[in-house]
Amino acid sequence: MGENEMAASKTFTGNQALRIQEPLIFEVGHNGQTGVDVPEPAAHTSRLGALGRKTPIDLPGLTEPETMRHYVRLSRQNYAIDLGLYPLGSCTMKHNPRLNEKMARLPGFGDIHPLQPLSTVPGALELMKTLSSWLLKMTDMKAVALSPKAGAQGELAGMMAIRAAIAAKGETRGTVLVPESAHGTNPATAAALGYKVEGIKARADGTVSVEAVKEKLGPHVAAIMLTNPNTCGLFEPEAAAIADAIHEAGAYFYGDGANFNAIVGKVKPGSIGVDAMHINLHKTFSTPHGGGGPGSGPVVLSERLAPFAPVPFFRGDELVERVEDAAGGEMPFGRLTAFHGQMGMYVRAMAYMMSHGSDGLKQASEDAVLSANYIKASLADLMSVAFPDRPAMHEVLFDDRFLKDTGITTLDFAKAMIDEGFHPMTMYFPLVVPGAMLIEPTESESLASLDIFIAALRDLAMAAKRGDTERFTEAPRYAPRRRLDETKGARKPVLTYEAPQPVLDAAE
Amino acid sequence: MRYHPLTADDRALMLKKIGIGAIDDLFADVPAGKLFTEPMDLPAGQSEIAVERALSAMARKNHAAGDGPFFLGAGAYRHHVPATVDHLIQRSEFLTSYTPYQAEISQGTLQVLFEFQTQVARLTGMEVANASMYDGSTAAAEAVMMAARLTKRGKAVVSGGIHPQYRDVIATVSTGVTFDMAPADWTGTEDIVARIDKDTACVVVQSPSFYGHLVDLRPIAKAAHEAGALLVSVFTEPVALGAIEPPGAMGADIVVGEGQGIGNSLNFGGPYVGLFATTKKHVRQMPGRLSGETTDADGKRGFALTLSTREQHIRRDKATSNICTNSGLCALAFTIHMTLLGEKGLSRLAALNHERACATADALARAGVEVLNETFFNEFTVRVKGDAAARVEKAASEGIIAGLPVSRLDPSAPGDLIVVAATELTTDDDIAALVGALEG
Repeated sequence: MGENEMAASKTFTGNQALRIQEPLIFEVGHNGQTGVDVPEPAAHTSRLGALGRKTPIDLPGLTEPETMRHYVRLSRQNYAIDLGLYPLGSCTMKHNPRLNEKMARLPGFGDIHPLQPLSTVPGALELMKTLSSWLLKMTDMKAVALSPKAGAQGELAGMMAIRAAIAAKGETRGTVLVPESAHGTNPATAAALGYKVEGIKARADGTVSVEAVKEKLGPHVAAIMLTNPNTCGLFEPEAAAIADAIHEAGAYFYGDGANFNAIVGKVKPGSIGVDAMHINLHKTFSTPHGGGGPGSGPVVLSERLAPFAPVPFFRGDELVERVEDAAGGEMPFGRLTAFHGQMGMYVRAMAYMMSHGSDGLKQASEDAVLSANYIKASLADLMSVAFPDRPAMHEVLFDDRFLKDTGITTLDFAKAMIDEGFHPMTMYFPLVVPGAMLIEPTESESLASLDIFIAALRDLAMAAKRGDTERFTEAPRYAPRRRLDETKGARKPVLTYEAPQPVLDAAE
Repeated sequence: MRYHPLTADDRALMLKKIGIGAIDDLFADVPAGKLFTEPMDLPAGQSEIAVERALSAMARKNHAAGDGPFFLGAGAYRHHVPATVDHLIQRSEFLTSYTPYQAEISQGTLQVLFEFQTQVARLTGMEVANASMYDGSTAAAEAVMMAARLTKRGKAVVSGGIHPQYRDVIATVSTGVTFDMAPADWTGTEDIVARIDKDTACVVVQSPSFYGHLVDLRPIAKAAHEAGALLVSVFTEPVALGAIEPPGAMGADIVVGEGQGIGNSLNFGGPYVGLFATTKKHVRQMPGRLSGETTDADGKRGFALTLSTREQHIRRDKATSNICTNSGLCALAFTIHMTLLGEKGLSRLAALNHERACATADALARAGVEVLNETFFNEFTVRVKGDAAARVEKAASEGIIAGLPVSRLDPSAPGDLIVVAATELTTDDDIAALVGALEG
């Protein structure tokens, strides 16, 4: 029994002051209870035919005060950006301005239907066009498809445009090159489109060489999917040369824009030779992550791919909604989602961009990069920087060499950070270094905040080296839960609530 | 810039610590000539007041659904969302947290997702549900691909009652699958069973259909199962399941739908929340995240993401889907609203929606507008005299959003059809205005 549990056992309720345990709604709600006063319907003749519901739903309800308390209590068991530093590498957990929330909730944006006559929504179309033009100017690209619902769907959109462009040339190319450091969504996207995925090994310095790409090139290669800055936190120094080689081989350059936050206002992907790149509005442009979504993944396209953009797209001021309405060389590859994509996220991103402006966006990237390098410089003597020879971009990658012979793993180290009041960094990703720890502070942290984070990590690194093992292996001790048994969860998954079995059954 | 805590002095100190003279030294790896030194051709940053003023002006150019009589549905529904819902989803701990990979400090999100999964499973009459997809249309495409994996067959039979944009999304996204697309079925009389054969992986049916007809899934499920195929059931209005027999009770193998109608605003089409439910035996082929119950090191009940060996961040090119981000915050809104409703509130809300739709249909019929549906929940199709799109456009100019001219989405359908939806927000005055716009 841990120290934490012993303290808990001293209270009658199991609660600890502000830390209150909360059961599931299925354990506290009742099917006959409701927190909404719905008027009684007038008498009417049912048109449900024989299909009126006969099966009970079994959905418990709670009154409004009970509902409020239930979800407020649950919220307090979450870490959040608004609580503290959230250094998840490649996730860009920056401040989420509340102005953006307010703007997205204006009735003129939040309470409009996607299929209203377009004549009734000129402001919505204006917002979409304005966002498009900002994204194109930042990236130096030719066209944009706003509709992808998240980064992975943006990848799908970009790769489908590439597939359509290749088909339009009458070619068949079945292979996509993906460096081993790529996000899992890259190979998953390529495979979902029926491509064979071929890996490219990075050099010892964490970057991809143009020679390694050339070795794999041939008439069978459709595209390369390259994240730049890459997931080791490095700018690919040969990106432009790789683009040239790819284009020379008749293939396309998909740039994963997950790490765009490092280079806004500094490098335009179009000038590097990128043909398609998705932009995670929920990373770079600060639409809130919301516990895992919703995201938004507009994809920008080069001139070569622009004709293949999916519907809906803008032709001048006109919104083209149907593939059948394509004209004049437009060859949309189809439709990725009903309606027009994540309008609520477009508004938030637009508010963010307008607040920053040209200078502010560039400053954000510079501060993000500066902060990551400051962390790197401040920890390099105690923790092992995976690729020390190149400047980091907006995130810095450590590996677990500094924990050698301590009996402490990257996972243990991460959990000890929880006890210090921080969200852990991204762990065990990218896969190219052992025990990866990828730290991305973003531009939202003050110097004081960075310094206390650095001091805490230094203290942890020294504790690990002097053998204070329990601080790590027992961690977290002060979180709402101690380590969860994730393998048990996977072996016999319990994915929905089921009322307790009678005692005899449960005693097996 | 009000969002950037670092000062010029801080930056100088940090550069010194790093041991460089200028920020651009950190961009040394950018190929020669590619580092952009000019300011971007974009406006300067603006104050909160200025941004609010500019965006509010843009928003005011739009006719909001609440500005007048409103009868649009067709996959997105205007319902009342209790104030509690929007307050709670803006709690910092929900709004500004990431995917709950660090379970010990993400129990709030994980328990919400577990509650969401349970609610969705019970609502649809299925055994398990995932922690949400992007929206109903993408969930439908994922369901088709899942059915193809499960049956190892390559053909999907798609009903003509499905939302035309859902049909387009399925056709675009479901790589490696061929389709037998039934023609648009505005009368609700198609014989989808006749299209099922031994190559069929799944038959995809929407009920209530895009045109509002309720479909008895039982004979379709029976025929599909006899042919070794699966039934994928689609819905776009979750409130309907408060009043109609759930797909799970009628033999569906995979149920997908749009959850927007509970807890979420119209938002011009997104973000919404895709619901995805199936049976326990198919769970390992299901796409998307799952929250599962487990215990912590002290034996306390807790929740963690589970079965992630299906997912892209572990399986990479062998994953069941490339999906990563889900629709967590919209799922939270759904769950809170559903908790407020409970079975009692949902049943009442569904009954009220149905009654409002009946009142609308009856009023239109009395005015001589032809209603095509024998059955419907809160949405039905009418035939008007002349061009439906022109009529809807004219009504809009008078402040009435009269429904969807079907031809806007499906050029193969007749030009005189309008899909009309009513909800609990529809008043008798609204109905009178609609009748005025569509009669004659």
